[in-house]
Amino acid sequence: MIAEHVAFGIIAAVMVASALRVVTTRDIVHAALYLVIVLAGVAALFLLVGAEFTGITQVLIYIGAVIVLFLFGIMLTRSDFDQDEETDHKRKFPAILTALLLLAVMIGALVDRFGDMELDAAPQTTAEVSDELFSQYIVPFEAVSVLLLAALIGAIVIARREEGG
Amino acid sequence: MSAATLISGLLAVEVPYWASAIIKLGVVALVVPTAALVLGYVFLLKMMSFMQSRLGPMEAGPYGTLQLLADGLKFIQKEDIFPEKADRAVFALAPLVVLVSTFLIYVVIPTGPDAVVAQLDVGIFYALAVSSLSVVGILMAGWASANKYALMGGLRAAGQLIAYELPLVLAVMGVVIQAGTLDLQKIVAAQANGEIFGWGGIGNPFILTQFVGFFIFLVAVQAETTQPPFDMPVAESEIVGGYQVEYTGFRFLFFFMGEFGTAFAFAALAAVLFLGGWALPWGDLTHWGFNIAGPAIMLVKVLAVSALIFWFRFTYPRLREDQLQRLAWKFLIPLSLVNIVVTGIFKVVL
Repeated sequence: MIAEHVAFGIIAAVMVASALRVVTTRDIVHAALYLVIVLAGVAALFLLVGAEFTGITQVLIYIGAVIVLFLFGIMLTRSDFDQDEETDHKRKFPAILTALLLLAVMIGALVDRFGDMELDAAPQTTAEVSDELFSQYIVPFEAVSVLLLAALIGAIVIARREEGG
Repeated sequence: MSAATLISGLLAVEVPYWASAIIKLGVVALVVPTAALVLGYVFLLKMMSFMQSRLGPMEAGPYGTLQLLADGLKFIQKEDIFPEKADRAVFALAPLVVLVSTFLIYVVIPTGPDAVVAQLDVGIFYALAVSSLSVVGILMAGWASANKYALMGGLRAAGQLIAYELPLVLAVMGVVIQAGTLDLQKIVAAQANGEIFGWGGIGNPFILTQFVGFFIFLVAVQAETTQPPFDMPVAESEIVGGYQVEYTGFRFLFFFMGEFGTAFAFAALAAVLFLGGWALPWGDLTHWGFNIAGPAIMLVKVLAVSALIFWFRFTYPRLREDQLQRLAWKFLIPLSLVNIVVTGIFKVVL
């Protein structure tokens, strides 16, 4: 257990440092790359509590797809190498306030729900995850599927309209 | 920890945890460059030459076997050049990200009952996830070079790798449904112990039932490793090498090793998923001898799959960007979805 606590401490410290750099760096590509470290840290934390499937999904979806889309979008739209205009830090005080409020709400909710709960130490296998997903959580699972489908169709409709066809 | 027992068995001593971890790291660190060298020599230098009625390298070593080692030494001696406006830290990190992604795939590839670095419950899912990390490295290289051709190459690579990751993952789904597991060792066992209509003479290699999946997997691998005919990200006649254009010396060597090391790793995954992996359908799968024979059996199958990959590489002309996207979204993805549905129906009915 000691080793796990040490590992958690190191991962958490790296994540916090990188998360701060995401919002303080002046280069938007650097911000996206620091975000990669934060998301990799989340994956590592999932592995640490034995949620293998969730951890690997985190890598595949967030680093392999979401960040790549971020970088793709940034590079496609802002290909100026001599960056005179820097990322905008004008509204940093409302941003800090919002972040602190969100932090307070999340701490409150998480402590209220999981405060004294002991996590199961044994790693959860993929078969167990899918069994629960397709029995106990089948309704939320299907609801999320429909929601994502609606978002997908919406994105296509908006993109087509802008084409001016 | 099964790999630890193998190491202890070979050395006839009790090996502590940290030592076995170092040995495993060493094995992976040796296998990747060797794999890149073997593929580069056998296929890129020799097979391509013979297909084009020429000899290929003949001077360095017998039949030119040492040519790539000589090339590697040359690369290491070269000056480490950074473009003037490059984003230095990102520029230096990019080839390492690509190479680390390659190294991480090798961790789960099994070559024997105990001869595997780590047997994971999520095996094939892990391999596909870490292989997708190389896109980040390629985009970093394209951006940090501060060169318009590099940026165009990086963008082309990202568009291509996102498009072909879907058929790659969906093609594997058929095998996973049939085997009922993501664990690569259990997929090997399912094929060795399988039966074709009650006849177990050659087991049941999934290429027989999942030939559509095998075809889609090979095409997607070709695109994921940016091999011709899917090499627009590095097309030398259009964008002079794409994201690699500013790289010299050992950093360029990293990209080379990443490309061929990944090709070898995907060929190994294809061998495990579709050709039965390290096992032969005869004999006891838990027998210790498979730890010695397994790597040799794997190597034969990997070279057979690689030969197919490189055969396509030397045969077809480069696709256009719109043809490439159409092939992925309008042909391969629908085909792999149909394959999943059909496999699912058979799994329930049989």
